[in-house]
Amino acid sequence: MSTPKSAILTTNNLTIGYRNGKNETTILSGLNLSLNCGELVCLLGANGIGKSTLLRTLSGVQQSLSGDVYINGKKLSSYSQRERSKLISIVYTDRTLAGALTVSELVSLGRHPYTGFFGHLDITDHKIIAHALEAVGMKDKANCYVGTLSDGERQKTMIARALAQEAPIIILDEPTAFLDVASRIETMNNLHRLAQEEDKAILLSSHDINQSLALANGLWLLRNDHSMIEGITEDLVFSGELNNLFADRDVAFDASIGDFTSNRSFQKQISLNCEDGLLKRWIINALQRDGVGISNDMPNNITATSPHEISINGTFVNSIREMLDCVRSL
Amino acid sequence: MTQAPPKYNRSKIALWILSALLLILFPACLIIGSVNIPFNEVLNILIGNEATRKTWEIIVLETRLPMACTAMLAGAALSVAGLLLQTTFDNPLAGPSILGVSTGSSLGVAIVMLALGGSIGHNLGSYVSILFGALLGAGIIILTLLAFSSIVKSSIMLLIIGILVSHLASSAISLLNFFSTQEGVHSFVIWGLGNFSGVTFERLPIFASLIIISLSLSLLLVKPLNALLLGARYAENLGVNIRSTRNKLLVLSGILTAVVTAFCGPIGFIGLIVPHIARLALKSSNHVVLLPATALCGAVIALLCSLISVLPISSGVIPINAITPIIGVPIIIYIILNRKRILYFN
Repeated sequence: MSTPKSAILTTNNLTIGYRNGKNETTILSGLNLSLNCGELVCLLGANGIGKSTLLRTLSGVQQSLSGDVYINGKKLSSYSQRERSKLISIVYTDRTLAGALTVSELVSLGRHPYTGFFGHLDITDHKIIAHALEAVGMKDKANCYVGTLSDGERQKTMIARALAQEAPIIILDEPTAFLDVASRIETMNNLHRLAQEEDKAILLSSHDINQSLALANGLWLLRNDHSMIEGITEDLVFSGELNNLFADRDVAFDASIGDFTSNRSFQKQISLNCEDGLLKRWIINALQRDGVGISNDMPNNITATSPHEISINGTFVNSIREMLDCVRSL
Repeated sequence: MTQAPPKYNRSKIALWILSALLLILFPACLIIGSVNIPFNEVLNILIGNEATRKTWEIIVLETRLPMACTAMLAGAALSVAGLLLQTTFDNPLAGPSILGVSTGSSLGVAIVMLALGGSIGHNLGSYVSILFGALLGAGIIILTLLAFSSIVKSSIMLLIIGILVSHLASSAISLLNFFSTQEGVHSFVIWGLGNFSGVTFERLPIFASLIIISLSLSLLLVKPLNALLLGARYAENLGVNIRSTRNKLLVLSGILTAVVTAFCGPIGFIGLIVPHIARLALKSSNHVVLLPATALCGAVIALLCSLISVLPISSGVIPINAITPIIGVPIIIYIILNRKRILYFN
């Protein structure tokens, strides 16, 4: 990297949680985080670990218990609400009653902090709105009603609205939660591209481990012991940190596929000889689903050269389904 | 309601049609009644010329003109109050009568009227105290709703609380009725049926200025209203001060409802249905056009109700509250049945 990225949002020994009268419930403490322009950061962690609370605290919606959030070196709490709206834009997953607004009307609401008393849009505003629509690929749907959009298009529209707000920081709370796989991948790719092209600092929480590992410039992992580790995907994969995400649960991180899988024990074991990595992966998948583990030097063994040429203890079968039938009868 | 790109002309056309309806219905309300007066005579009277018959002059200037003006203003006020409440509570089924604001005003009025024991004469003092009672009643209900809305996040639950509070106010009204004099009850029951003829020519200026000021103030809130379409959390992120905006909206809708209730009785349905008619007609929830259209549409619907109320030539005036449900209920049922196809629910 030629120039070091500049940190726009930092925290200093931040403790987050809830204050209820005199009682304080600490959720996470001692956080020293930094978020850079031009980077997409994914916040990963189990449900209830405090992802949303952290996002709310960083966006200034919720007060910290101690420590401070700084934006451009200045305390977040010292900015007025209107100044804050020009620094951080937030995308929630809330359903809205905006179905009878057009896409461009909804995106134009992002200009709210900049427009005058009646919200009149000038030429600059219209340019910014058009640019935001273009950036998320919703230009063709600018005049469609929000109520007619698919979930994925709605999310794009909400992201365009966040862009129109022209804040350097965009915070998204589970932006892919209600989307199908295609929209999930599109949304994540869009966000990754926007971080780079528009030099935004984008922070999102997600349960989509696969896409986050693929596209995040940085990961913030909330371990199940309520501590946090920060780093880039690959370092965290090789340090085994990802296993700490759900350490008390019956799942394990499978580094070969970059996702979590069920942590199960197998009563039956079998040896497998297979040169083809892809074939091997799917044969293991089929066997494990049937409760059969793979282990070396077992009395029973499978040798596979193609999906149609599999031998079990010397008997040839010509599909994986037949292989399973054969293994079951062993 | 499908894929067709919206035509921005649509809101213009809708506003023109509503204005045209207003221009037809307003004179109609002056012409039609127990005595039909020819249009050119009405025109003569309005521009200050002598009419063929002196009684026509009295009928038009002292009864029909104030009644039509009252209907127009009351319709606009209740409808805008309904729109403000629907957006504030993020709930399309909110309205001054459903949330109990009207009933609160009624309770205030009941206390004043029954305390005066039916001697609600035609002096200004008793009108002012009725207005004060209505404002106080509406204010208490709105404060209750505000208090609950900070605890109860679900808007459906808040609606139910509104309905319950409204029942409480109703039972208080019944108790008051039980313990008060015959005359007091009589004048209260008549008032409770709703009518636009209670505002005399002399009191029209107070009524009109209160409503026009409140309507103008609500026009100043179109920007935060639009932000609220995204929900309170988004609006907050857009720099809207939620608490103060919500308070302003509730106070305005409270004043609009209370003023109308004090002068015309608790009029149901208009505040609930007119914002829907306006949204469906405009095909938009953008308050920049929706708010004026709602006011206009409210005026049209109220004039229509007023016209229907005087149609049975000889047997007097039908209470407004007998007419509004006949128009309102089918529209609400239509909206509920079609909510999946209605854009602003999606």
